[in-house]
Amino acid sequence: MEHIVIIGNGISGVTAARHIRKLSDKKITIVSAETDYFFSRTALMYVYMGHMKFEHTQPYENWFWKKNRIELKKGYVQSIENKNKTLHFSDGETLNYDKLIIATGSKPNKFGWPGQDLEGVMGMYHKQDLENLEKYAPNNKFCKRAVIVGGGLIGIELAEMLSSRGIPVTFLVRETSFWNGVLPEGESQMINRHIKNHHIDLRLSTNLKEIKADEAGKVNSIIIQETGEEIACDVVGLTAGVSPNIDFIKDSEIEIGRGVKVNRYLETNIPDVYAIGDCAEQHEAIGQRRPIEAVWYTGRMMGETLAQTICGNRIQYKPGHWFNSAKFFDIEYQTYGWVFSKPRENEAHFHWKHTDDTKCITVCYDTKTNEFLGINTFGIRMRHDVFDKWLTEKRNVDFVMQNLSKANFDPEFYKHYEQDILNTFNKNFIIA
Amino acid sequence: MATIQRNMSLTGDASNQLNAFQKIGTAIGLGGIVLLIFSLFKDFQDKVLWLSIALIAITGGILLFAKGLYSNKLEGIKNHGVWFKSISSRGFWGWVAGISLTGFYVILYFYEGLLGANPNGNTGLIGLFDPLSKFLSGNPASQWFVYGTLYTVAILAFGIKFIWKYKHNRYEQLRTVSVMFFQTAFAFIIPELMARLNSDTFSLPYNDLKNMWPLNYYAFDGWRVDQFINAGNIGLAFLIFGILTVFVISPFLTYKYGKRWYCSWVCGCGGLAETAGDSFRQLSDKSVFAWKVERWVIHSVLVFSVVMTTAVISTYLGYDSEKYWLTKDKFLIGVALFLGLLFAIIWYFKKEELKKDARYGAIGYLVIVIALIGIHYFSGTANNKIFIFEAVGLRSFYGFLIGSIFSGVIGTGFYPILGNRVWCRMGCPMAGILGLQQRLFSKFRITTNGGQCISCGNCSTYCEMGIDVRSYAQKGENIVRASCVGCGICSAVCPRGVLKLENGPLEGRIDGNQILLGNDVDLMDLINKS
Repeated sequence: MEHIVIIGNGISGVTAARHIRKLSDKKITIVSAETDYFFSRTALMYVYMGHMKFEHTQPYENWFWKKNRIELKKGYVQSIENKNKTLHFSDGETLNYDKLIIATGSKPNKFGWPGQDLEGVMGMYHKQDLENLEKYAPNNKFCKRAVIVGGGLIGIELAEMLSSRGIPVTFLVRETSFWNGVLPEGESQMINRHIKNHHIDLRLSTNLKEIKADEAGKVNSIIIQETGEEIACDVVGLTAGVSPNIDFIKDSEIEIGRGVKVNRYLETNIPDVYAIGDCAEQHEAIGQRRPIEAVWYTGRMMGETLAQTICGNRIQYKPGHWFNSAKFFDIEYQTYGWVFSKPRENEAHFHWKHTDDTKCITVCYDTKTNEFLGINTFGIRMRHDVFDKWLTEKRNVDFVMQNLSKANFDPEFYKHYEQDILNTFNKNFIIA
Repeated sequence: MATIQRNMSLTGDASNQLNAFQKIGTAIGLGGIVLLIFSLFKDFQDKVLWLSIALIAITGGILLFAKGLYSNKLEGIKNHGVWFKSISSRGFWGWVAGISLTGFYVILYFYEGLLGANPNGNTGLIGLFDPLSKFLSGNPASQWFVYGTLYTVAILAFGIKFIWKYKHNRYEQLRTVSVMFFQTAFAFIIPELMARLNSDTFSLPYNDLKNMWPLNYYAFDGWRVDQFINAGNIGLAFLIFGILTVFVISPFLTYKYGKRWYCSWVCGCGGLAETAGDSFRQLSDKSVFAWKVERWVIHSVLVFSVVMTTAVISTYLGYDSEKYWLTKDKFLIGVALFLGLLFAIIWYFKKEELKKDARYGAIGYLVIVIALIGIHYFSGTANNKIFIFEAVGLRSFYGFLIGSIFSGVIGTGFYPILGNRVWCRMGCPMAGILGLQQRLFSKFRITTNGGQCISCGNCSTYCEMGIDVRSYAQKGENIVRASCVGCGICSAVCPRGVLKLENGPLEGRIDGNQILLGNDVDLMDLINKS
């Protein structure tokens, strides 16, 4: 019986395993050094905040794996020997495979800051990071202040986590406005204000120079590059993005760039070795996507696709229309299609913001054809399937604005803003 | 895993400490309860004054506590530290609260004398409530009046707390205003006022219009039906309304809106669970095992209640065959025909939607019920025996086991241990009927938003009915579950905007996807169709 070994028990690896099981009777083993069972990485924050216990983040009960004959092995893979199709573990054990799926995800970026490996300095990605945070920031008596470096999705989640326990947070953001490499200006500014409303000390256009330690080798303070200001703190969160977690592959023959290089079939240069999820890097970007997509949904889709290939139906990874979502403290964010931070050539943005400063949308369209290209929505839930359909049908922006209520996904009895949005849109157009 | 949990409880955390408002609120609220306990041992002279002080203190304490908790927070989800606080995570205070509540219910149901109930003049706690009861109905208080008053106060005060907590969510607010209204008006004030109409020649039974059979298991007891019939047109109207709610109004509303119209908008049990019990919703068991237990237990209670009610009604029809146009035999044949027909309709139209154990269960129970009716019908007119049981015995056994122990002692007393909807989930025969209909003949569903689910688990954790909502959401499947009471909290706590309670067309209501939206269209077609 063919033995499929998957390194990594995150959403990509587990989705691949589940779909391979649906399609075949192959022997499946999932290897992980992080946890015994699959958990939702995006939910780790809620464990620290006390919304959930760790076991609640596990989507399947523990009996699920045995019942579906998916073997789980806890261990750290040190190296891959392609010739004999053997994995070598850090404790000396070995495991043979017929087909290997690398789904090892990401690790937090570190940019060589002095002091970046001190005690009390951590990323927020692995379960071990959560345990570390619990150790160094259990409450606001033990941790008087935390500094977060890097204004992305994980940074703002870490800020929310720490502030849920009343720990003062200084949030260093390199950019002139929060996440404005991705979000258009109006949205980014609104989130800036929302962050400050949550009493976070938000420092824009601010870089970290170094992290200083006390005598015991634990974080004591940080120095800001621009001003030289020293901020006393007990915890430093490094959240300046993530990169593929592939150090153990470097000595193998598998081709790597920033991630494991794969073709559209998610195959590496070595036969029977595949890579999916955060750690996979496409030779060429697909459409407007990045070559490495460190997103929950794309990891899942790659797992679904690769399961087909492994089970004899070799197909390309062809993701549909881009979508994503996040939550910035209390403001939910969803995006469908492409809305870049600044309109590109032949593109224009329409921006609407509610006076309460917690809801806004940005619609991107083609100025020549009027084709609807994408929408960002904050504080208003919208329907994925409706936008997916409209994008496929290449609807024009007027149609989308007039039918926006069909896409509304807010709970019943919520106030609707479609008319207000449409009025603003029409007014803008008359002036233009 | 073990280490991290231990760390959390040992080191404590700041989000879980009380601020000044909460401390004062706790002191005042507990002060009110202490007054009530004190009244057990020493009768107050000025009852009106001390009862007012006690009730205002309890209400005010809860509101002050809520103000401290929510008033200076931005709109959003307020679940910080839920699993760190001992009261809401089965810790020490959870057990203290659970044992106290259970003790209160045991005394209330079985030892009302300890509370001061006395036909010759109440004393103690019940005596303290005499002035209020006389003011409303003209009669002295009973333990049920005391309970009803405290129940209403709890729903009102914790209802306001809940509205505060969900100040951004109009669905939650409207729903809560609705249960607060139905409890105060229909369950508490109107029946008391109606009691004023009673005289020597005219008498209506205590009647909460929204309390339907079979939740109200004594709705069609002989003495009640007699009282209704004897009370002329008004009584008859109430009786007809009672029957209509069961067979017409409730099925219609459940078809349009799901069982939520009752369970989380109208029902008193639901009202208490959603307000006072809100802090315990995360304690419900989400395992598949618990779901299996739930299906067997709740439907067994439903069958029990149908059998018991049939037995009771046919008994008094048998005693007074001249008094009613309906005879015992006609009634029994009618029940058998009705149940048989209902079963046939479900089997014919919805067989595919029933899981294997549901089919076995349905057949098994139908056979048992029809057999019981058959045994009785053919066993002649040994009137005291109903089926093979004594009707009176069956009735009081049901009242004790289901009415008192299950719905009260376990259902509410165990809030802090088993979660706030144990009764609704495992025991309520009304929820059983509405649930069957919601699963098979209703427009209600919880819609999943394409591929946006990140499997975080907030929805499942905060589902008071123990539904593993995530297991559907992560498959892009609508949630159509018999037990769902439509509280809307899964949708509220979802950080990615994935869930929405909706009423829509029956077609495609239950659909599973092997591959979620966002993937290659060809792949989605290939897999979802095959």
